Amino acid sequence: MKRFKSFVLKEFRHIFRDVRTVIILFGIPVAQILIFGYVVTNEVKDAKIAVLDLSKDEMTIEITNKLTSSGYFLLVRNLNSEDEIEEIFRKGEAREVIIFEPEFSSNFVKYGKANLRIITDASDANSANMLTNYTSAIVRDYSFSQNKSSAVAGQILAQSRMQFNQNLEGSYMFVPGTMALILMLVSAMMTSISITREKETGTMEVLLVSPLKPAQIIIGKVIPYVILSFGNAISILILGYFVFGLPVNGPLGLLLAESLLFIMMALSLGIFISTISKSQQVAMFISMFALMLPTMLLSGFIFPIENMPEVLQWLCNVMPPKYYITIVKNIMLKGTGFEFVWFETLVLLGMTVFFILLSIYKFKIRLD
Amino acid sequence: MVEINNISKNYGKVKALDNVSFTVNTGELFGLIGPDGAGKTSLLRIITTLILANSGSVKVFGLDVVKDYKKIRNITGYMPGKFSLYQDLSVEENLSFFASVFGTTIQENYHLIKDIYVQIEPFKTRPAGKLSGGMKQKLALSCALIHKPEILVLDEPTTGVDAVSRKEFWAMLKNLKKIGITIIVSTPYMDEAALCDRVALIQQGKILDLDSPEGIINRNIQEIFEVSAKDMYRLKNDISSYENTQSVFLFGRVLHYSPKNESSAKDLEEYLKNKGHLNLKIEKGSPGIEDCFMKLMNTNG
Repeated sequence: MKRFKSFVLKEFRHIFRDVRTVIILFGIPVAQILIFGYVVTNEVKDAKIAVLDLSKDEMTIEITNKLTSSGYFLLVRNLNSEDEIEEIFRKGEAREVIIFEPEFSSNFVKYGKANLRIITDASDANSANMLTNYTSAIVRDYSFSQNKSSAVAGQILAQSRMQFNQNLEGSYMFVPGTMALILMLVSAMMTSISITREKETGTMEVLLVSPLKPAQIIIGKVIPYVILSFGNAISILILGYFVFGLPVNGPLGLLLAESLLFIMMALSLGIFISTISKSQQVAMFISMFALMLPTMLLSGFIFPIENMPEVLQWLCNVMPPKYYITIVKNIMLKGTGFEFVWFETLVLLGMTVFFILLSIYKFKIRLD
Repeated sequence: MVEINNISKNYGKVKALDNVSFTVNTGELFGLIGPDGAGKTSLLRIITTLILANSGSVKVFGLDVVKDYKKIRNITGYMPGKFSLYQDLSVEENLSFFASVFGTTIQENYHLIKDIYVQIEPFKTRPAGKLSGGMKQKLALSCALIHKPEILVLDEPTTGVDAVSRKEFWAMLKNLKKIGITIIVSTPYMDEAALCDRVALIQQGKILDLDSPEGIINRNIQEIFEVSAKDMYRLKNDISSYENTQSVFLFGRVLHYSPKNESSAKDLEEYLKNKGHLNLKIEKGSPGIEDCFMKLMNTNG
């Protein structure tokens, strides 16, 4: 036990004596959360839209007014035919076009159904998604108010090319994703680098010749990072709460426990990476490409998984951050408890065990 | 006692060790002498259980390097060729870390490292990475010794260390031998061979010869002449093509020449004078391990 304690103490010394490590551990998480929170938000404000009103009746004009007076949209042009849509997108004059079907209000009154189409410029997939959501929400709102005031129970069907995405609120969306990204990077990258560093400098040779067991070496390596990553998770939550007003609607204890689980998963992944890479550089590249990009792109962090081709959706299913982000969103935003995230928790647990077993299997008690 | 039996080790197609067998006695200071790439490090790593041989067996104090590697690791002090301590930890932190890894303390075995450690103690708060080459080696040796190993394996401990520190280092090894620690040390420096009890000359994975330094010299070399002249390059070529030449090579500022048969300096002098060499000087020299090595390399290669 004394052996083990001095090993952990040594690890802490490595971390705090290297300025770069300290910056990566503490500076980058704070910077990232602020950058993602402020800069990459996709709140809708004065988005340019065009309207193709094929019925020009009382209802369509009311809806158009409602949209433009919301503050989110700015009407730049009234179109006369569908042919103009592509042109207006190409020129970048508008990001969204709303098409009302002919006889809109009479359809609504007669059949209780009226159709409008929302077409968005999907070259910026994410904000296109947001625009669609905002528009649909406003139209739905209008539809409700119509139902209340008149005796007719009608429905306005908004068809859009984008799938629906529940979470609209700007920076809220990014905090869970950033949390996953940071924990993944800090935990997996730092452990994999610190283990391969020992291989590179030759100290692993000396450690191997000592009576330290492989498990002691690995756990000793990991413990400091568990503590530091957990500290990071807490500071992200505090930042999110005070800077972005992000609520924690669900049980805080559960959220922390799930974060700890995710940290363990990332660490075991880091250990696994270190067992297959020979130098710090290789470990870093694997961490960057195998962890960072999938965490950003294939986890539902920035791009909604539902919009992806099926093959990529399958790929997303093996990405650990996907499950963690789902868990965090559920607990923080929806305020649900364990009964709604047990499946994701189980998947993360399974992945942790898998990587730990794989690392123990791959960890070499010798040099070659 | 370390028994090495028919050890072979390949890296792909490269044969690092080719059917090597020898025995190191308990309490011996044993030298593994050979140029870079001869297979020294591979052999030492096999002994310290760090790598596995392709064939053959090694027993360290009766323990098998494959089966009983854990026990061997407890009784072995190992100093790798590359400086392998934590550069960002201080001298003292390194030492106490390795002490605790082996379940002991600096105080407990201080007597073992005292002579060595007092020299670096004034710098004990300095990060190991900022020490000079000689002090690094002393620290590494202290760390390898702190758990009172029965066998000490040193891989080129004096490479890149100044002459004074090298001398001091060997004096320390002599002291360690006195307290009964078996020491296996590898070195590319032939002059250090004379300081060992017994040496093995190794080249291209093969043991060329194995004996006490005197034994090796007496067996291989009868006599040596130190030859010098104005044009050393031409001198070497001329001696090489001389019929009675066993070996000739540059040794510092003179050529070491050893004849095939008993012969006098007179014959050689006459031959070289005919070739028109100026400032010719031929003196009888005392043969060293390097001369043996050159001779063995020529006859084997």
